[in-house]
Amino acid sequence: MSSQQDKYLELLRNWLARQLDEAARAWFDEQLAKAGGADRDLYLAIGLAPRKLGKADLELKPDDLVAADAARPGWNPAGWSVDQAARVALLLTAARDEGGFPGKLEQLCNTADVRELIAFYQGLPLYPNQKVYVARAGEGARTNMKAVFEAVAHRNPYPAENFDEHTWNQLVLKAVFVGSSLNAIHDFDRRRNEDLARTLVDYAHERWAASRVITPELWRAVGPFIDESMLGDMKRVAESDNPTERQAAILALCECGMPGAKALINLSPEILSEVEAGRVSWETVAGEVEKP
Amino acid sequence: MKVIDPHIHMSARTTDDYEAMAAAGVVAVIEPAFWLGQPRTNVGSFIDYYSSLIGWERFRAAQFGIAHYCTIGLNSKEANNEALAEEVMDILPRFLTKEGVVAVGEIGYDEQSPLEDKYFRAQLDLARELEMLVMIHTPHRDKKKGTARSMDVALEHGLEPGRVVIDHNNEETVREVLDRGFWAAFTIYPKTKMGNERMVEVVRQYGSERIIVDSSADWGVSDPMAVPKVANLMAQRGIAEHDIHMSCYQNALDAYGQSGQFNESDWLTPAAIDQRTLFEGNSVLRGQAPRVDEDEPAKDVAVG
Repeated sequence: MSSQQDKYLELLRNWLARQLDEAARAWFDEQLAKAGGADRDLYLAIGLAPRKLGKADLELKPDDLVAADAARPGWNPAGWSVDQAARVALLLTAARDEGGFPGKLEQLCNTADVRELIAFYQGLPLYPNQKVYVARAGEGARTNMKAVFEAVAHRNPYPAENFDEHTWNQLVLKAVFVGSSLNAIHDFDRRRNEDLARTLVDYAHERWAASRVITPELWRAVGPFIDESMLGDMKRVAESDNPTERQAAILALCECGMPGAKALINLSPEILSEVEAGRVSWETVAGEVEKP
Repeated sequence: MKVIDPHIHMSARTTDDYEAMAAAGVVAVIEPAFWLGQPRTNVGSFIDYYSSLIGWERFRAAQFGIAHYCTIGLNSKEANNEALAEEVMDILPRFLTKEGVVAVGEIGYDEQSPLEDKYFRAQLDLARELEMLVMIHTPHRDKKKGTARSMDVALEHGLEPGRVVIDHNNEETVREVLDRGFWAAFTIYPKTKMGNERMVEVVRQYGSERIIVDSSADWGVSDPMAVPKVANLMAQRGIAEHDIHMSCYQNALDAYGQSGQFNESDWLTPAAIDQRTLFEGNSVLRGQAPRVDEDEPAKDVAVG
């Protein structure tokens, strides 16, 4: 195993050691010692983790999150649970056998329950030989179980770093379809592209035709690619009854340099000043969308 | 009234059933692994079936506000295919530890053949190793002897009676099952075997201690509403509320709750939003319409 995986494992073990009682810690250490050996031991340890260690939130301090991001840029274990951290630690131990690990992970995914899938997918950025798992990650992005989808899509640097444009665009479309936040997708802005923008505008037309609502976050993907043909659509959003949609329209329009956009922005000077003051942003729009 | 159906094969049922069950007060179900009518020909079919019980079906139920649990095991009929049974035994440990798996089951005898006996015993040993409960399917033919034998073998393999549920009882078997300290479950069949009326009389005669009512509804003629219907019939026939509560809710909870995987808080006080699992469920408990009515998410999802 490379020193990288050792570093991640060390962090996970330290966080868990703080939180587990003695019996749980003893069980976990015993499993870690065995995890590189027989498949049955690894599968049982991973299966039993919540029964033996519980499912509490992993208690992390701000420093821990900084350490995680320093060890692996983009790694964000905020929101992980104890069993999830233990499962990923067991996987990292098994990954010492770099050649055999992808096959084991595939086996585990094929027989996983929901909680396991979430752990395995959230662990993606930590495994050796990152490119090997693109097809597996794509499988996670196709699931109909929203929580599993979000384990791939949200707070996970793996898709942005490894998905080609088509696969990436499908991930974003799926997020819009199932009502998942776009703001939680790592490096979302960097991976925006014209094809995605056009597909999403087509989708908006479909939804409007069916008198259904559209997430205001959608316009975040469109902003830099607004052209003459989309100005009518942007005008419609900028004149929406929904204040969050109006904000989204102005935010999107601010990202394109067209003269026609300027005219639309100027119709909402109050939103523009909020944007300029930093009180309205894609983050605040996402926050509004998340509200029940 | 809240009820639990601790034996029902939801994979074989429709969303209409889920809606009707939720409306009638079913808050939790246990789906035992069993045969599919059509015999399986390879271990991959078992892997996908078990995965579906711990994954998709659980998710599907949650969309209707129903908490879904399962038991995992090699059923007696398919234990008669020895080569396949061996392969299934190899993968079972991987599934028994999954979230929401409350017992090894349903296992036991169908024809009481030597192979059925072999794999019944092997799975009892597995239950002991993994400290799990057992759900036993008793044979429909030669029931009385088969039931007694199931209990003998469970004891021989070191299982405590209080950690074993004997299912598909009738008036002929219930006395011995209760006397020996096992849980006695009754499956309500709409046309044959144990019907609603007879169930009421069983509770009248034997009380409600360690007696559990279930539907075993599947792809055959069966009724997913059996438990709420029996509960209502008991009330109409003057059975005490306590006995209805015990036989249609609390006993199932006490029996399977021993697994640590089956907790009343799962449906009574669900985490507001568990970001990690985020099941869509409990909308019924929050007094909202079932999720499916809101924005047809399933259709949208299928496109992505």
